[in-house]
Amino acid sequence: MIHFLVHDKKDTVGVIVVEGIKAGQELVGWVMEGDSTVKVKALNDIPIGHKLATQPIKSGDTVVKYGHDIGKAVSDIKVGEHCHVHNLKTKRW
Amino acid sequence: MISSKSTFWGYRRENGRVGVRNHVIILPVDDLSNAACEAVGHNIKGTLAIPHPYGRLQFGADLELHFRTLIGTGANPNVAAVVVIGIEEGWTQRVVEGIAKTGKPVTGFGIELHGDHDTIMRASKVAKEYVQWASELRREECLINELWVSTKCGESDTTSGCGSNPTVGNAFDKLDALGVTMCFGETTEITGGELIVAERCATPEVREGFMQMFNRYQEVIDRHKTSDLSESQPTKGNIAGGLTTIEEKALGNIQKIGHKCKVVGVLDKAEVPTGAGLWFMDSSSAAAEMVTLCAASGYVVHFFPTGQGNVIGNPIVPVIKLSANPRTCRTMSEHIDLDVSGLLQRQKNLDQCGDELIEVMLRTCNGRLTAAEALGHREFVLTRLYESA
Repeated sequence: MIHFLVHDKKDTVGVIVVEGIKAGQELVGWVMEGDSTVKVKALNDIPIGHKLATQPIKSGDTVVKYGHDIGKAVSDIKVGEHCHVHNLKTKRW
Repeated sequence: MISSKSTFWGYRRENGRVGVRNHVIILPVDDLSNAACEAVGHNIKGTLAIPHPYGRLQFGADLELHFRTLIGTGANPNVAAVVVIGIEEGWTQRVVEGIAKTGKPVTGFGIELHGDHDTIMRASKVAKEYVQWASELRREECLINELWVSTKCGESDTTSGCGSNPTVGNAFDKLDALGVTMCFGETTEITGGELIVAERCATPEVREGFMQMFNRYQEVIDRHKTSDLSESQPTKGNIAGGLTTIEEKALGNIQKIGHKCKVVGVLDKAEVPTGAGLWFMDSSSAAAEMVTLCAASGYVVHFFPTGQGNVIGNPIVPVIKLSANPRTCRTMSEHIDLDVSGLLQRQKNLDQCGDELIEVMLRTCNGRLTAAEALGHREFVLTRLYESA
């Protein structure tokens, strides 16, 4: 069972791909680049399609997905924590 | 497996282009003529009126785009014949003359000095002749390189970037190698991935054209924005689906252009491409606006990946929807033509899904109705550049 996907080895977040993830659940992630798996414990309930941090992220850090910059963290994000619009903002507009 | 010898059954038009549908459309030049067009559409079975809210007191580039979109819609090879109705003769004839260059049957009617009743009667007589004539046209076997395929995604979520958009990219890489004419766009929705697209441009000239279009649209955003556009771009639906920033949305979006195909040129809105390969069209990222522009450029079939479940269709172009979100495929199954959610569980790979999409495309081109066609989705939305005079 794959619970989340990571596009690129450099990514600091992954995408939840199953419904009903609960806080405390041990999750298996598929790192698409290189075809390996990683394990992360969810710290929050996270809806399908939403992201969790797979690396520790500090406030002000660039968040990386697809191996690219997708914006900046506006608070610290722990591994396994829900990463969404409350803690990640655009650098563009 | 698809090859350069693969074929589909299409309608060859007078100008040599090949369509995959055989519509007779009743096309209003302006908002005032919608009622007459819809009356003709009701009178004559098998015709299709495509009403819209614009066409009065537009001027300059905005008016040129209006004409280009209407003429392009009538000229699209999915259309066999056209009845044009406008409030007055002058602009009506301008649309008629533009469509007539394709060689297909087209007649225009101005309402002034006649009124709706007389106009509807005369237009209905012509529409009846056209639809009976069109009903005898036959499909013929055509090589795959005669297809024009566009793409635009909508109500995206993170599964779009993981599954449905890369599936389109895989199909585009395969179709590009066979000489198919393709198109993508959504200028603001490339923000954060613009350098990746720039690197994929075939020549420095194309790259410069693309960056000019990109930078111009950024200036539009900067001039009018009152926030970081959150809930507009990304949309509220995108955010509900897990997307956060425009950069994240853009990097998912551009998965649609695959890994191999080069951008061979850039198109203004509703401009007709001049050769095979992948074109970038400067366009809004709003679904119906973009698909309407693709149809007006002459594209005959459209790939529409969705995450949260956009329900869009188009009056003249079959819109093929695919999704990798298992919840969307379950709760909105009547809208989805291809379920690629198996990608997210490693049950399928991209090559398989790309092949499945091409197979659905060929069946659609041969005549199978898409979900959007069966459900009656006919969104026709004209892009406006600025206020009317």
